[in-house]
Amino acid sequence: MNNILRSTARCLRPGAWHYRTAQNNGEMLSGWARLMCSSAGQKNMEEMVKKDKVVVFMKGTPVQPMCGFSNAVVQILRMHGVDSYAAYNVLDDQDIREGIKSFSNWPTIPQVYFNGEFVGGCDILLQMHQSGDLVEELQKLGIRSALLDQEKQS
Amino acid sequence: MLCQNNTLNTKGDLLCLMLSCALRCLRPSSCTRAFSGQLAHHRPHMDPSAPRPVETTIRTKLTQALKPEHLEVINESHMHAVPPGSESHFRVLVVSPQFEGLSLLQRHRLVNESLREELSTCVHALAIQTKTPQQWSSNPGLAKSPPCMGGSKHDDTMAEKLKAGRD
Repeated sequence: MNNILRSTARCLRPGAWHYRTAQNNGEMLSGWARLMCSSAGQKNMEEMVKKDKVVVFMKGTPVQPMCGFSNAVVQILRMHGVDSYAAYNVLDDQDIREGIKSFSNWPTIPQVYFNGEFVGGCDILLQMHQSGDLVEELQKLGIRSALLDQEKQS
Repeated sequence: MLCQNNTLNTKGDLLCLMLSCALRCLRPSSCTRAFSGQLAHHRPHMDPSAPRPVETTIRTKLTQALKPEHLEVINESHMHAVPPGSESHFRVLVVSPQFEGLSLLQRHRLVNESLREELSTCVHALAIQTKTPQQWSSNPGLAKSPPCMGGSKHDDTMAEKLKAGRD
């Protein structure tokens, strides 16, 4: 299913569209990710990071991460109830992979952006999660962390 | 709750469960030392006599650039889908007064900058922990990297990086 989506994506002109991520058995999931398929100049990168509140450049997809560090980012966001964000699979597009490293001046993947501003990689997101800073930063984006609701219930 | 949207296969479930357990232990209101303390003396499974040029270079450059009071450079390549003896995946813990007053991002950029050459050639992944001496004394310990999900196997650029490490 993901392969079909990727092939379809490559045939389309640069532009955003929404699709629902799907498991291999065809069941639809509640989260979604927006995929861009284009060659990435600096201007393109700037558009990509600013288009959504939360943007993640990762290896694999939120449904099927291909790297432990990328998976950690996905899991942390999920813990906070952040299921809707733009996720770019750098393994599918070398231009995006090299483009974002150059744009961010950051050598590794995953990379996380909040409101067009570079936050950091897996280590930074994890520390922000541990310190409580992530709840605050999400609040600034207008996103209420699910952890706040969990703490209220307990 | 964490894994209900991410179930692809049993292995995926297990990885998800492991990571969710790790993350729950690291929640802001709970103990943050759960995983860090016990791994303070972790060492990789490498032949001690094997040459480690990349590790040595990393150590040298970080020492020169950041004058650390404490430095750990851990080769984690054996945890990933790369040949034995590789020097492609590292974890560093740097304790330096130079980090005083700097944000996490600024600190990590300093580390990245000092290892720019290695990161653009042979080092594929670098996990970074940065602390001031005060932060280190109040919370010593090395964090743990998440389990590999085999990304290096599907990465066309890995062969080149491994070769760069050997040359």
